[in-house]
Amino acid sequence: MMPFRKFLRKLPPFLLTFPVLFFIFFPVLWLFSASLSNQVELYAIPTHWVPQHPTLQNYLDIIFPNLATSSVPRTFAVALLNSIKIASAVTVISIVIGGLAAYALVRIPFKFNRTIQLGFIATRMIPEVSLILPLFIIASRLQLINKPVVLIMAYMSFALPYAIWMLAAFFQSVPLELEDAARMDGCSRLGILFRVVMPISVPGLVSTAMFTFLLAWDEFFYALIFTSTLASKTAPVAMAEFVGRYAVNINGMMAGGIIVALPPVILAFIFQRYIVSGLTAGAVKG
Amino acid sequence: MAAISPPRPRRKLSLRQQDVRTGWLLVIPALLVILGVTLWPIIYTFILSFYHAPTGLNQVRTFVGLGNYLEMIKDRTFWETIGRTMYFTIVSVSLEMVLGMAIAQLIHSHPWGWRFLRFSLIIPWAVPTIVNGAMWRWIYSADFGALNGLLMQLGLIKHYVPWLTLPNLAMPLVILADVWHTMPFVALILQAALATLPIELDEAAAVDGANAFQRFWQIRLPLLRPAILVALIARTVDAFRVFDIVYIITSSGPANRTLTITYLTYLNTFPWGNQGIGASLSFLISIFTISMALIFIRFLYHPEETQ
Repeated sequence: MMPFRKFLRKLPPFLLTFPVLFFIFFPVLWLFSASLSNQVELYAIPTHWVPQHPTLQNYLDIIFPNLATSSVPRTFAVALLNSIKIASAVTVISIVIGGLAAYALVRIPFKFNRTIQLGFIATRMIPEVSLILPLFIIASRLQLINKPVVLIMAYMSFALPYAIWMLAAFFQSVPLELEDAARMDGCSRLGILFRVVMPISVPGLVSTAMFTFLLAWDEFFYALIFTSTLASKTAPVAMAEFVGRYAVNINGMMAGGIIVALPPVILAFIFQRYIVSGLTAGAVKG
Repeated sequence: MAAISPPRPRRKLSLRQQDVRTGWLLVIPALLVILGVTLWPIIYTFILSFYHAPTGLNQVRTFVGLGNYLEMIKDRTFWETIGRTMYFTIVSVSLEMVLGMAIAQLIHSHPWGWRFLRFSLIIPWAVPTIVNGAMWRWIYSADFGALNGLLMQLGLIKHYVPWLTLPNLAMPLVILADVWHTMPFVALILQAALATLPIELDEAAAVDGANAFQRFWQIRLPLLRPAILVALIARTVDAFRVFDIVYIITSSGPANRTLTITYLTYLNTFPWGNQGIGASLSFLISIFTISMALIFIRFLYHPEETQ
């Protein structure tokens, strides 16, 4: 009798997972299926939930842009490369500069230390829209519009405080005894940072890097304002442009959307273990 | 300890000084970057908000004092936009919190396949905002959208409906798209917090005859308060400055029905070329978000006060 009652107790929550899973998967699976179909099937009524003549053409056009017949996939390929370059640069710079600062802020007591900490946290809350006008004015004067460097600099405004915040939480969890022991052995501050703290904090560094990369990859507003040529756009801006401007080749853009979503989704799956700890470190511990 | 012999305190002092110098050296690069890309721009924006500033590098700016702010206050569009932004913020954040909490509880009750459910939540969270927006725009499409396809096959509609042109439905549809994307963040944070709660409390309450409902309201909810607050404030700050998803799904239409405050600021600053108005609007958004940040910091630095 017991197993059956246990079964009855476990059944309702199990059944509840189905609507949740449907809500999560229905949009993405439809998008994926549509990206594998052609224009005719996309417009079919009733909807072809699974394409009858699936094709990889939309993906091949973006991966091998030189063979594509329309200009959309070619632009898209360029935009993807721009996004990769910019997000990687932002990640590396934030981790290096942010890592040094975070260590000093959690471990070295100097004047204004706490003020600086609070300042970094407060800057995370300033919306992009409040910073964009001066950045735009100075970028125009220096003729940096459409250059990747202006986006990399602008992205620092959110990526760097974020990296400092998360890394500070990870560095704080390194046992002080380890650092003291290293100091006894005559290790300098920088020696401690690079030989003791950094190696222990590798999971923290990795998950911070992942989060920073995702933030930069996701960014849209600065990129929308700071890029106007096809050669300089990032993937989200290219996406928005095509969706708004070109009525043709919707399936191609859907494939583009899947491709833009893939790096973050894959990264998130690989670093699954760190996501929850990263979210809570970034959001709860400070 | 410090004054046992003369040479020691001196050596100690210089070590400490060295330490302080190292500290500054490590912090200065980050400080310079933040000064350049955050502090200076926000001050510049504040100053610009007192000027009539047409777009264009060689345009003359004239000082108008509080003129931009007064103009805004008198503008009906401004107040309607504030109301609409509040509507978006309140509805989408409430839905995210309630759904997020429900899903966190569901995962916590460990039904068959709960690991898969938690794993699945990562997908909507990781999909970039613009891709999410484009996806929902296509789902709502009047010609080929999945929403029309689904409702038609369920027999709920006879003809395809141009959902995004319906004035009263545009905002709820944008909210639905936003909830899909951001609810996992809330669910994952709350689920992680739930997992750290001592299981004995729950069991003791169950032994004392508390039902599941009482256990949730009287035991779990109070203990989860810090996590709930963090998720709530982070989401509110984000939702209040919504832009990307509106830009791609409706571009503020139909007839301004999805025009939010950040969108209005963007329109003023760039397409319409009223930089002064744009600056004063963006400054108001900053004030709102920074006051939220201050609350945030308060709870971050004194977590025991939230108990």
